[in-house]
Amino acid sequence: MAAKASRAAFGEALIELGGRDERIVTLDADLSKSTMTVGFARQFPQRAFNLGIAEANMIGIAAGLALTGRVPFACSFACFIVGRFETIRISVAYTNANVKIVGTHVGVAIGEDGYSQMGLEDIACMRALPNVPIVQPADELETKQAVAYAAEHVGPLYLRLTRQNLEPVSPADYRFRLGRWCLLRAGTDVTLIATGGTVFNALRAAEQLEREAISAEVINASSIKPLDEEMLGRSAAKTGRVVTVEDHSIAGGLGGAVAEWLSEVHPTPLKRIGTTVFGESGDPRGLYAKFGFDPAGIARTVAKFMGR
Amino acid sequence: MADARLEAIARACRVRIIRMLTHAGSGHPGGSLSVIDLLVAIMFGRLRHDPSRPDWPERDRIVLSKGHAVPALYCAMAAAGYFSEDALLTLRKLGSPLQGHPDRVALSGIEAATGSLGQGLSVALGLALGAKLAGWPSRVYCVLGDGEIQEGQVWEAAMSAPKLGQPDHPVENLTVIVDYNRIQLDDFCARVLDLEPVVAKWQAFGWPVIEIDGHDMGQIAKALDQSEAIKGTPTLVVAHTIKGKGVSFMENNPDWHGKAPKPAEAIRAIREILGVSERGWEAHLATDAATAGIVAELRRLDAK
Repeated sequence: MAAKASRAAFGEALIELGGRDERIVTLDADLSKSTMTVGFARQFPQRAFNLGIAEANMIGIAAGLALTGRVPFACSFACFIVGRFETIRISVAYTNANVKIVGTHVGVAIGEDGYSQMGLEDIACMRALPNVPIVQPADELETKQAVAYAAEHVGPLYLRLTRQNLEPVSPADYRFRLGRWCLLRAGTDVTLIATGGTVFNALRAAEQLEREAISAEVINASSIKPLDEEMLGRSAAKTGRVVTVEDHSIAGGLGGAVAEWLSEVHPTPLKRIGTTVFGESGDPRGLYAKFGFDPAGIARTVAKFMGR
Repeated sequence: MADARLEAIARACRVRIIRMLTHAGSGHPGGSLSVIDLLVAIMFGRLRHDPSRPDWPERDRIVLSKGHAVPALYCAMAAAGYFSEDALLTLRKLGSPLQGHPDRVALSGIEAATGSLGQGLSVALGLALGAKLAGWPSRVYCVLGDGEIQEGQVWEAAMSAPKLGQPDHPVENLTVIVDYNRIQLDDFCARVLDLEPVVAKWQAFGWPVIEIDGHDMGQIAKALDQSEAIKGTPTLVVAHTIKGKGVSFMENNPDWHGKAPKPAEAIRAIREILGVSERGWEAHLATDAATAGIVAELRRLDAK
C-alpha cells in the first residue's frame, strides 16, 4: 500500500460502507472537499448534507438524525468541530446520540495554514466526556477498519484523521479493535507509544535508536480512549520507561491519558512528546523537525530521556 | 369543550408544577407556567404518541429546547401516563430520573437532552429530517425560550431549516414555538438583549410565522392546524405568554425565573391557580380533598 492520508482512506471507506448500509449519512460544514466526504455525497446525494459554515447546527442535526435511526458522520476540521464542544457535550454525548464526530486536519502537520486550522486540543476536550471513545488510525488499512468499526459502534465516537499522507505501518493481518493497541516492534529498553501521524516516525526513530544500542518497543495507540491498559501495563513493566508521541498538546492528549493511568496503576518514568505551545505556519516537514516529531527528533528526545 | 378539557389539564399541571418545585426547593417556575398551556395543547390536543411505548419509532416528538422549563413537561408527561404522579416529587433529588434539566437517557419519553440553551432546534431539525428520510408520518414540536434565541446556534438552525432536505424531504413536519414571555434570567429581554423584531427576523430567514396568545387554547389549536397545513417548510409560532402565568406575584416578575416558592407562597399560588378567593379558601379545601392533601403536605414541609 502506498502512503495515504487517513481522511482520504476515510472518504473511500464511507463510499464502500454507504453502499451496503443505508443508515449512513454524512454532514459537513462547507469542508466536504477537505474532509473527503465529497465522494460519498456524489454517490449518495440524498444522504449527504452540507449545512454551511455552521458547525454547531450540523452537530445538532446529526444528533436528531441519529435518534431516528441514521448513522451520521458529522465532519469538519478537528479544531472547528470540537470547538463546538458544548453542543457535542449535550446534544450528542449526554443525549447518547449515535453520532460519529469526525475531526480531520489534526496537528501541526497541516502546515502552512497555521495554528487556527490545527486540531491540537481536540483529544483533551473529547476525553473528558464519559461516553465518547476516541480513535486515531495510523494508516490506510487501519483507517478503513476503524471507519467500519465506527459505523457499527452504537453510541457517540470521535474519529481523528490526518490531512497528510501516512505511510503503512500495520501488519497485513491487522484487525482493529477498540481498546486494543498494536505492537509494531518489540524492544526491551523503552516503550514508544505513538498515535496517528507520528507512528511511522516512531518506528523510524526506533531504528535510529537501535544503532545507538537502545532497544525501543513501538506501539500504535489508535484507541486513545479507552487505552489498551493490558498492553500498556505489560510493556511498561518490561521496559521500565515510556515515551508517548503525538501531534497534539501533551496536556490531556494521549500522553496525558497514559500519564494518568501509569501514575495510578503502574508508576513508570514517562516522557511525553507533543505540543506545549501554539502551532505556526510552515512546511509540514519543517514543522515536524521544529516540534521534534520527526524520527531524528523523537530519537533525540528518547536518548536524552534514557540518559544518553 | 375541547378547550375546557385542555384548560383543566393545564390547571392541574400548574398546581403540580408549584408543588414539585416547592418540594425540590429549586427550579424555574416562571417559564414553566408560561409554557404549560402550549405543552398541554400539543400533548393532549394532537400528539401521536403512546406513553407505554416511548420508543415507538413513528411517534410525534416534543423537544423542549428551553430545558429549564422541564417541570412543565414532566407534569404533562405524568398526566399522559409516562410515569406516576408520585414521581414528580422526586424532581432534582438524588437518583431521580427527573433531572433538573431534561435527560434523555435517564427518562423514557424525553427526546433530547437540553438545558444548554440554543441546541434544541438543531436536534429537532435532525429528528424531522430523519422522520422524513424514514418515511414516517411523525411531526416534531420544538419549544424555544425567547431569551434562548439570543444564542447563535438558533440562527444557524433557522437559516438552514427552510432548505434542509429539499426537494424530496423538506422538514415541513416541524412546528417551532417561541414561548415569548419577554423575560429572561437577569431581567426583561428588551433590557438584556432585545429580540425584536422577532417576527420579521424569522420571516427574513424564510419561515412562515404565526402569532398567537400562548394561553388561549383555541388560538394554539388553530396555529397548530395552520402549521400542519403549511407544506415545504417548517413553521414558527410566536406564542405571546406571561411569565409565571396564573400566579399574581410571579407574573411578569424576573425574580421568579429560577427560584422555588416557599411552602406558604406555594399554597397561595395554588389557591390563585384554582381561582379561589382568600376568603373562600378553607371552604374550598373542605370540598376538594386532593388539594387539601397537597396543602396539608406543604404546611408540613413548612414546619420542617
